[in-house]
Amino acid sequence: MADGAGGAVKDGRTIGGVLMDLSNITLRFGGVEAIKDISFDIREGEIRAIIGPNGAGKSSMLNVISGFYVPQEGEVWFRGARRPAMKPYQVARQGIARTFQNIALFEGMSVLDNVMTGRLTQMTAGMAAQALWLGRAEREEVANRERVEKVIDFLEIQHIRKTPVGRLPYGLKKRVELARALAAEPKLLLLDEPMAGMNVEEKEDMSRFILDVNDEFGTTIALIEHDMGVVMDLSDRVVVMDYGRKIGDGTPAEVRSNQEVIDAYLGVAHD
Amino acid sequence: MPDQVLFALEVTLNGLMAGVLYALVALGFVLIYKASGIFNYAQGVMALFAAMTLVGIMDGQVPFEHLINVIFGTDIHGFGWQVPALLAIALTMAVMVLFAWAVNRFVLRHLVNQEPIILFMATIGLAYFLEGLGDLMWGSDIKTLDVGLPQGLNGWIDSVTFEMFGYGFFIDNLDIVASVIAALLVAGLVLFSQFTKQGRALRAVADDHQAALSVGISLSFIWVLVWSIAGFVALVAGIMWGAKSGVQFSLSLIALKALPVLMLGGFTSIPGAIVGGLIIGVGEKLFEFLVGPLVGGATENWFAYVLALLFLVFRPQGLFGEKIIERV
Repeated sequence: MADGAGGAVKDGRTIGGVLMDLSNITLRFGGVEAIKDISFDIREGEIRAIIGPNGAGKSSMLNVISGFYVPQEGEVWFRGARRPAMKPYQVARQGIARTFQNIALFEGMSVLDNVMTGRLTQMTAGMAAQALWLGRAEREEVANRERVEKVIDFLEIQHIRKTPVGRLPYGLKKRVELARALAAEPKLLLLDEPMAGMNVEEKEDMSRFILDVNDEFGTTIALIEHDMGVVMDLSDRVVVMDYGRKIGDGTPAEVRSNQEVIDAYLGVAHD
Repeated sequence: MPDQVLFALEVTLNGLMAGVLYALVALGFVLIYKASGIFNYAQGVMALFAAMTLVGIMDGQVPFEHLINVIFGTDIHGFGWQVPALLAIALTMAVMVLFAWAVNRFVLRHLVNQEPIILFMATIGLAYFLEGLGDLMWGSDIKTLDVGLPQGLNGWIDSVTFEMFGYGFFIDNLDIVASVIAALLVAGLVLFSQFTKQGRALRAVADDHQAALSVGISLSFIWVLVWSIAGFVALVAGIMWGAKSGVQFSLSLIALKALPVLMLGGFTSIPGAIVGGLIIGVGEKLFEFLVGPLVGGATENWFAYVLALLFLVFRPQGLFGEKIIERV
């Protein structure tokens, strides 16, 4: 499998060194091996896709990266350091933001408040100072609001800023979730099926946003997606999983011509 | 104005004041339920425990005095000092925070992802444990709590109403103080939950645990925080009730009165807890005044529960609660 050389330039974007390296990850649930000895890396600035048929272990992989699952074997390296077993909130504080397959938003809060929660990791002022809007707390809040407004503008959700999230249609909820993740200024953004359940128009919008985010903020993105067309258009490199194993890794073109990948997608009998 | 109307008015006012106290207890339930989905049966006992601890510290009691004396054959009877009320309240609060931490460390942490009913059972156990601990630490005798709150007839209201209507209203000073403090407490809670990072995190956890984790919120920190706040609310309720009717076991039973309040107001709504408390307070006093004589009195014992029952039948989510719709 060919890896793009470090510092490669693609469409005017710079793909840097290795941001996250997963080596020999194995994850078991009881007797079931959801992930079997998988290794791959994610480079700075790239869009990395994880694809595979249903039940291939893609979401489990994403959950390993975001700390929701702790693998029994293997190492996770992030920004050049080996990551010890961590709680999901600690991973988030390291600069890894994510969205969920079945949208996890704060339904009772407005869009603005939801996106603001993305800034929680960046707030340091004391509790009393915040409640009373004193000095640093005020400056901090203003700075946070600026970033949040920028993200909201960027994702074109200004018109629903004050709307409670519970009332929004599915497509917009997905966008708000992306906004919340972006507000955290993540080093690595994980998207779990960002286009699941969307119509063609919404898919096009979301694809555009993902490309723009990568372009404008230089955010490294790892995503899971079912729609092959979308994946091939969006991503720089693709990992293909099937039955918990890695069966392909490379550029979209390479992956497309990989016999094992074709078999997995066309449903050749496993023996 | 006819006498009956004046009496009813006075009864209503007194009902409002009593309702404030119900609301205070209900508030503790709502806070924990919202943030963690746990119905904390121990909330009433927490109020009792807080009040006992406060009295114990103020009177300079040695914790576990009786136990120590029995085991070591010593004869200790208190430190022999008096602690000022404010300092004692601060120390009691520290004890409640410690309790919140211990609950999370030794109970809740081991029950993550369990059914709500299991967590509820755990809090029942917690209630009995805390009740026993309170007795063991501070003794089981009835104590009086005096943190210097004004008590007795409010002369000003009495004379003003007397001049207006020719009939002086009897309003207890303690009830007025309780109302003011409850209002301040609620205002403080609102400020905290709307404008601080921790408050925002708390609301986030109340809404969705997974999403909260993904934005870097530590669930265990939030749970210690919310149990501490519930401990603080319990302390305030314990002070008010304790000053009114003494610190004794029956204090933990006021928690039962909070149940109908919650059914009226909804388990997830802070305004609901307050309005529910006021409705129950006024309702039971007025009902006793108007209907009580016809049915032989003592309606205050059951009125709240019957009202709650009616709500369960016709509006199970309460006045302000979220309507629960399960999609299948």
